[in-house]
Amino acid sequence: MNITPAFIRNELKQVKDPEIPTISIVDLGIVTGIEIGEHNTVHVTLTPTFAGCPALRMMEDMVKEHLGKIENLGEITVKTSFETTWTTDLISDEGHAAIKQHGLAPPMRNCAHISMEILEATSCPYCDSNDTKMKSPFGPTLCRSLHYCNNCKQAFEGFKPV
Amino acid sequence: MNNIDALKELLYKMADDQLIIGHRNSEWNGLGPILEEDIAFSSMAQDKMGQSEHLYNLLNQLGEADADTVAFTRNAPQFHCSHLVELPIGGYDFSLIRHFLFDFAEYLRFEALKTSAYQPLAQVAKKFFGEVKYHTMHANTWVYQLGHGNEESNGKMQESLNFAWDYALGMFEPGPAEEMLINENIFIGEEALQAKWLEVVIPLLEKSNLVIPEKSSWAPIYGGRTGNHTAHLQPLLSEMTEVYSIDPSADW
Repeated sequence: MNITPAFIRNELKQVKDPEIPTISIVDLGIVTGIEIGEHNTVHVTLTPTFAGCPALRMMEDMVKEHLGKIENLGEITVKTSFETTWTTDLISDEGHAAIKQHGLAPPMRNCAHISMEILEATSCPYCDSNDTKMKSPFGPTLCRSLHYCNNCKQAFEGFKPV
Repeated sequence: MNNIDALKELLYKMADDQLIIGHRNSEWNGLGPILEEDIAFSSMAQDKMGQSEHLYNLLNQLGEADADTVAFTRNAPQFHCSHLVELPIGGYDFSLIRHFLFDFAEYLRFEALKTSAYQPLAQVAKKFFGEVKYHTMHANTWVYQLGHGNEESNGKMQESLNFAWDYALGMFEPGPAEEMLINENIFIGEEALQAKWLEVVIPLLEKSNLVIPEKSSWAPIYGGRTGNHTAHLQPLLSEMTEVYSIDPSADW
């Protein structure tokens, strides 16, 4: 069997973010490198979403565990590197849908110049209204902010654009 | 001092500032005045601790001990943090003012380091910059609101600003090899950083109805970068390393 990076990438779509189980690490955009070596050794590079994200090491282990189940693969190594800076623009369209499915507002695109005003305009993941209010730029995990929808009177969380 | 030592000095003071302010931020866990603020300070603590770990990892690549050993086995005189981050959390007014003064300095430091000639540092600076942006937004929102709140809130913020100001200036204590770092395009230097910081924080504080202490009275409190600390650091370290001291192999 000829192992290709595309094959591995496809396999990694089954590895989900432990904190947002609807999104795969591929759609999250953190898989920044896949190298296949001699005897089908696989080297995967991940980039951290947030420097202090405790899920990072867990995701390294999950990658190793998942690929370890596939026959005919050689040694599997996983490394975390800052070489590619992760931003929320690396999240795929499919990833945006998965975030919304989990009940979170997906991050706005192209937010290099993020401000409180931009965050105020987060649309509600339940009713799509833009009449919302940001309660805090910090939520239950590093990647989330807290909001309230004035239209459907529902508190919700947003995936912070970085 | 060669350029590796100069680089280590720069990394140590940044990492130690992050670790210590991270610990101080975490002390608000469970005590914040409102739930959102409790979460905010805890989140920022997590960011700072994570960032410090990555900086210690860079030091490890330059031959220093691993991150846990460096973070948990040194005594106060071996730390390079500024006095500002060591001070106890005080009231919420002081913690917010410190958060404001510290995080705008961090933000500008990382912004400058994004183009550092030392690539591993430039890479992490890009990451940290995006994270600290949220810290500055949070700080500015609260400083503005309380500066404009009422007489009592403005008075408390002003008093804390007056107290914190010289400590904040102490963050920019020049290192022993400023010129080398500047000439090799590793870092713009503390003097240039302080100038940028003043340009940013002074207008924001004035917009928040707060008065900057008279310039003729400014007296930066130095010493932290060379291991001379306030009496507050060692008790903090003893508390932070309590579990590690009992069982260095403890994991969870």
